[in-house]
Amino acid sequence: MTKFTTEDVHYFANFAKIAFSDQEAEVFSEIISELVEFGDALKEVDTDNIEPMTHPLQMFNVLREDVPQDVLDRDEMLASVKEHEDGMIKVPNIL
Amino acid sequence: MTLMKKTAAELQALLHNREVSVKEVTEDSFKQIAKLDGQVKAFLALTEEEALAKAEALDNSSQDSRGPLFGLPIGIKDNIVTKGTATTCASKMLENFVPVYDATAVEKVNEAGMVSVGKLNMDEFAMGSTTERSAFQTTHNPWNLDCVPGGSSGGSAAAVAAGEVPFSLGTDTGGSVRQPAAFCGVVGMKPTYGRVSRSGLVAFASSLDQIGPITRTVEDNALLLNAISGIDHRDSSSSPQQVPDFKSALTGDIKGLRIAVPKEYLGEGITEDVKDKVRASLKVLESLGASIEEVTLPHSKYASPTYYAIATAEASSNLARFDGIRYGYRSENAGNLEEVYTRSRAEGFGTEVKKRILYGTYALSADHHEELYVKAMKVRTLIAQDFASVFENHDVIVGPTSATTAYEIGGVAQNQLTLYANDILTVSVNLAGIPAISIPCGFSNGLPVGLQIIGKHFDEALIYRVAHAFEQATDFHKSTPSLGEGTN
Amino acid sequence: MNFETIVGLEVHVELKTDTKIFSPAPSHYGAEPNMNIHVYDLAYPGTLPTLNKRAVDFGMKASLALNCEVAKVMNFDRKHYFYPDNPSAYQTSQDKRPVGQNGWIEIEVEGKKKKIRIERVHLEEDAGKLTHSDNGYSLVDLNRQGTPLIEIVTEADIRSPEEAYAFLEKLKAIIQYTGVSDVRMEEGSLRCDANISLRPFGQEEFGTKTELKNLNSFNFVRRGIANEVERQEKILLSGGEIQQETRRYDEATGQTVLMRIKGSANDYRFINDPDLPEIHIDKEWVDRVRAEIPELPDARKARYVNELDLPEYDAHVLTLTKEMSDFFDATVEAGAEAKLASNWLMGEVSAYLNAEQKELHDTALTPEGLSSMIKLIEDGTISSKIAKKVFKELIENGGNAADIVKEKGLVQISDEGTLRTIVTEILDANEQSIEDFKNGKDRAVGFLVGQVMKATKGQANPPLVNKILLEEINKR
Repeated sequence: MTKFTTEDVHYFANFAKIAFSDQEAEVFSEIISELVEFGDALKEVDTDNIEPMTHPLQMFNVLREDVPQDVLDRDEMLASVKEHEDGMIKVPNIL
Repeated sequence: MTLMKKTAAELQALLHNREVSVKEVTEDSFKQIAKLDGQVKAFLALTEEEALAKAEALDNSSQDSRGPLFGLPIGIKDNIVTKGTATTCASKMLENFVPVYDATAVEKVNEAGMVSVGKLNMDEFAMGSTTERSAFQTTHNPWNLDCVPGGSSGGSAAAVAAGEVPFSLGTDTGGSVRQPAAFCGVVGMKPTYGRVSRSGLVAFASSLDQIGPITRTVEDNALLLNAISGIDHRDSSSSPQQVPDFKSALTGDIKGLRIAVPKEYLGEGITEDVKDKVRASLKVLESLGASIEEVTLPHSKYASPTYYAIATAEASSNLARFDGIRYGYRSENAGNLEEVYTRSRAEGFGTEVKKRILYGTYALSADHHEELYVKAMKVRTLIAQDFASVFENHDVIVGPTSATTAYEIGGVAQNQLTLYANDILTVSVNLAGIPAISIPCGFSNGLPVGLQIIGKHFDEALIYRVAHAFEQATDFHKSTPSLGEGTN
Repeated sequence: MNFETIVGLEVHVELKTDTKIFSPAPSHYGAEPNMNIHVYDLAYPGTLPTLNKRAVDFGMKASLALNCEVAKVMNFDRKHYFYPDNPSAYQTSQDKRPVGQNGWIEIEVEGKKKKIRIERVHLEEDAGKLTHSDNGYSLVDLNRQGTPLIEIVTEADIRSPEEAYAFLEKLKAIIQYTGVSDVRMEEGSLRCDANISLRPFGQEEFGTKTELKNLNSFNFVRRGIANEVERQEKILLSGGEIQQETRRYDEATGQTVLMRIKGSANDYRFINDPDLPEIHIDKEWVDRVRAEIPELPDARKARYVNELDLPEYDAHVLTLTKEMSDFFDATVEAGAEAKLASNWLMGEVSAYLNAEQKELHDTALTPEGLSSMIKLIEDGTISSKIAKKVFKELIENGGNAADIVKEKGLVQISDEGTLRTIVTEILDANEQSIEDFKNGKDRAVGFLVGQVMKATKGQANPPLVNKILLEEINKR
């Protein structure tokens, strides 16, 4: 049994917003299945009472003063935008 | 003889005595690139005009404030943003993307008076260990053009090894500076997490990524790390920790140093030739007065699945911004918003990137978040604790950088054991956030072998001291690939 | 069957900082499209968040004002979804460790006091603005992207549309007092969604809830909930089942309309934001923020009732907005009698503001001005009739009542001799009215008083005129 079916590919691709053809889904189902199996190895590690490490350094309270600076020039910003109108970024409608 | 194989100190002497100008040094770099890069394919883009203009300006500037890297050429990995110069991450997704700002590390090399000559090839979004996953070209190992240079900073390592530039910046998320440095026989440092600002480094896995210097010698490496280190208000995870003068740590003296060798680093999956070179290197270190002791890092075998879960989870989040709307690739085949997303991302990303995004999405999904992602973060704690307990009684950890030497381009996928072994050697360092260097320690079948030296958080100075002592006691760093010689 | 209404509210409040929560771009309302952005707001490759200290202070301040426990350790989490107004495809928010938890505020409906519990207050970033056009595309403006927000989530403690209204009124007042937000619904700096369900009285577990959006004023919240309750009741009474869905309130029809069915379709894949180190909040920090919180509406209300002897109702109305309450305090401070000050603020001042669609700070009226006028009324210098003229001048052009009275010659005539002369003249000219009065027509006095007032341009002291009139009539 595959650990990660073609349906899984489509299901998770829907969140990740990547189009997969059925043929590609087959390929990725196999690749990800291997990874899922690989990840299963973690289950054997005893992690009772172990805190998750979310950050490699013991750092905290890095804060910025509330002073405006470094505003992006709009024209510079729009230079990389494929389509724009009236200074706004143009996107197709939802449907 | 090219200037590109000289050290920073040698080049400074030439500049100081006006035997060469910055412009000549810069021109030499482009000459070397013109001669060699057709074969090596390290560079994705060259900035010759800007570089020469800057070189001239530097030549006309005052002698007083010239630092040790003044006027020296450098190549930048293409996931580090450069204002006005395309930054592609070797992805179709960012093929024509021209950033509006410079990464902090780029600003710093500029401030040091270095001359950026171009952008270097890599695996797409730094995901890979061969540089074959570049959407644009495959970089070749200067020691054997049939072989990969390693990755993901393959372009950065190959360019230095080939003598196209004396300096480059790479990035290391799971070994991406150290492993190509090992494959190409150069020096590559992954600094402590937080030592170098990540501002302007296009994020792959934010809790693991670091920018690191690649050079021919340890001293040059130390100089470049000094130039790019330090707290940056644009990166909240950059450390306020004092940056020492790394060069002054290069005393050559490692007497009494306690070196740990994890038995997992010389175990299954590591090829015999690599083990031999590492063992021989340990003898060298011992002869210099260091003590060697075998230790264990019991959770290393889980480093690879831990790394995969965390790195892909973060990548799935970081790479979500590439949606075809504000910059980057937008599919021509999209009729509505949903298709702009799904098709731009399907067409813009390569297979390896999609694979990692998909697995990362799975790792963060409600049903697997706890059992996979959070579990991996807990194992990460254990891996970091393993290191911490070794460092209670030892100064540095030494082992191989990679399980093998460079392999053939397009070669069959390596066996699983070797892949895991590779991960054990490099990714656990990123998981723990500690610094590690790879330096040349021998050759096998004409291909370089890398020695890895791992230190405590913010203890790069000690790593450099050991690496430098080893380098002074050996000649491996003096060998250069014969590529292009004879036609000079 | 009778059903109990169960409502929980999710309220978003924009914080009034100078810059965004994670970038130093300015965050103010009303700039040209895409002029207030930093590369981070665009989710530009390589950019990293930097946390605004004031946004954290404000989040703490609001939490404390809402009686929440402030987190000792908190962090930010990324919540993933793709949308054009969400450039990084994640919203940086707080999932498991919000800035505030377990708070409450007290409301009063029909004389009954009740605590509404607040589950959490968390900090997050606002999204950009998407304008849809009919031509098949939309336009994105990222000025609002990254504006700091707090989201306030109540427990499902609200039992009627009126309680929801009272809750919002109180919440708005408290937040406004703390100064962390303008809390203007019309500018979007306060937004509210309601989760609504019904259950038979006596039943413990909740029914299926619907989420109601697009509630653009407190009145629409009240009406929207009432309408949704009605809709659900109808379905349940006819044996139907409530669908878990998101609905919107249609202001034109007063009905709630289906937006989307809620499925399991959303998985936000929360991840601790690795770019933002944890925030550790110690007692010192909490104390410092707490010290900056001014007296809140409930405390003021109690003070008005207990120390100034105002009726509960006055105290409630005066404390609804900080501006009104501050104005009242300053007026009393300037020497006005409290109840008179309250009467003027709740009466003439409020009527003026409503008629002119203005707020206090848009007018020229000052607490000193109002107080000076009240004092002149109290010492009899001007009549309440004259006062209305003075008030109009004060609220439109500002100044001091005494100066206005002097300038316009509005001083009340309280000199008995002067008044008696005028009264005598009036009586002489109106023999018939005296006759009428003596024949029992009381109204005749009113006419005579009116004549005296007319002769004095309204400046005669009315009680005194009354008194002298009666005396003079009785002499005849």
